[in-house]
Amino acid sequence: MNSVILSNSTRFIVLLLAQVVICNNINFLGYINPYIYIIFIFLFPIRENRLVLLLVSFMLGMLIDMFSDSGGVHAAAAICLAYARPVLLKTSFGMLYEHQSIKFSNTDLGSLITYVTFGTLIHHFILFSLEIFNMSSILLILKKTLFSSIFTVILSILIIILFSRKKK
Amino acid sequence: MQQIFNFVIKNKTFLLFLLLFSIALALTIQSHSYHKSKFINSANALTGGVYGTVNSIGKYFDLEHENEILSEENKHLREQLFNSKNNLDSTYIDSTYSKGQYKVTAAQVYKNSYSSTHNYLTINKGRKDSIRQDFGIITSKGIVGIIDQTSSGYATVLSILNKKSRINAKLKRTDHIGSLKWNGSSPFYVQLEDVSKFAPVKVGDTIVTGGQSAIFPKGIGIGIIESFETDISGDTYTIEVKLFNDMTNIGAVYILENLDRNEIKTLENLSNE
Repeated sequence: MNSVILSNSTRFIVLLLAQVVICNNINFLGYINPYIYIIFIFLFPIRENRLVLLLVSFMLGMLIDMFSDSGGVHAAAAICLAYARPVLLKTSFGMLYEHQSIKFSNTDLGSLITYVTFGTLIHHFILFSLEIFNMSSILLILKKTLFSSIFTVILSILIIILFSRKKK
Repeated sequence: MQQIFNFVIKNKTFLLFLLLFSIALALTIQSHSYHKSKFINSANALTGGVYGTVNSIGKYFDLEHENEILSEENKHLREQLFNSKNNLDSTYIDSTYSKGQYKVTAAQVYKNSYSSTHNYLTINKGRKDSIRQDFGIITSKGIVGIIDQTSSGYATVLSILNKKSRINAKLKRTDHIGSLKWNGSSPFYVQLEDVSKFAPVKVGDTIVTGGQSAIFPKGIGIGIIESFETDISGDTYTIEVKLFNDMTNIGAVYILENLDRNEIKTLENLSNE
C-alpha cells in the first residue's frame, strides 16, 4: 500500500516538473507542445477510489495552470479525463477491466494505444476549447488538438513502455 | 432528508466532478477578463523558485547572444550620447531637472510562452523591488508587455502576444494613432487596428508606442509595417506589424515605472466624473 502511494507521488512530481520545465518549452513548429502529465491519470491505480483520482487530477491540473498562467484550463481538462477514465478503460480493455485485473506493464500494446489515444483526444479537445474560448476558431482548436495529440500519444506510449518494463 | 443523503452518496463521484469542474471553469472564465487571474498565476514562491532554478542553469547557454544584444545597445546609446545636442559640460544643480519621469529597473525573464493564445511571462522582480501592476516592460529593441500580477519576489507580465492585450501605438512618421492587438496566429506579427483611413500608411514604416497611456513613454519601438488593408467598414486600416523583438527569445528586460502615473490617473478620474 505504501509503495503505491510512494510511486504515485513520485510520478506526480516528476511528471509535473517534466511538463513545466521541458515540455512547455518545446513549441515544435511554433505551437505544438506535448502534455505528458496526463500519463499520471492514465496510470493511476484502478482499484483506488475514484474520488481520490478526481481530487488528485484537479490538484495536478491546478499546479500546471499555476506554472503556465492559464487560469483553470488544465484543471478542467484533467478532471474531465479522470471522470471519463472508467468508460475509456472499459472500451479499450473490455473484459480485463471487468475483472479489475489490468496491469499496465503487461497489457497488449493495441489496447494501450487505444486507451491513451482516446484519453488524449478528449483531454486536448477540452483543453484547447477552454484555452481559446471562442467557438468561431473551431478550426484552430481542432488543428491544435490533432497535432498536439499526435505528439502526446507518441511520447506517452514511449514513456509508459520504457518505465513499466517487467522486472525479471 | 434520508433520500437527499442517499442521492448524494449514490452520486458522489458525479457531484465531486461537477464541483471541481465548475471551480476550474470559473477560474478559466475569470482569467479571460483583464487583471482577474488573481489566485492561479506563476508569480509565487513555488513556481518562481522552480523557474529560477531552471533559469540559473539555462542562462549560460544564451550568454553569447545576450552579450551581442548588450554591445549592440551600448553602441546605440553611445551614438545618442555623442550626437546629442545638449551640452554635457555643465551640471544642473536644481533637482527638478535631474528627476526623470520614468524609473527603470532591470529584470530577468524566468518563463516565456508564445504558443498559447493568452501568453504570460514571469520575471524575477516583484513587490519588494517596488514593482506594481500596470508597469511597462521593454527590451532594448522594443516593447514586451505590461505587468499583470505581482508577488513579493516575482511578477507576471501580460505579453503583447495575448488576446487581452491592448496597447496604444502610432505611426512614427505621421503620429496617426491606433490600438495594438494580437490575433493569436503568429508570434512574430501583431495587428494595429483603428488607424484612420486618412493616414498615409506605407509598407516598411515604423510603429512606435503612442504615449497616451501612463504605461509606456512615447516613441518606444514596436515594429515595422509588413502589410495593411482597410477593414470591412472601410473607415480604418488594419495593419500587420512585424515585431522588432523576437518574442520567442527574451532574456533581459527593463521595467518602466512612470513616476507621474498617480498624478495622471487622479487627473483622468477627475475629468471622467
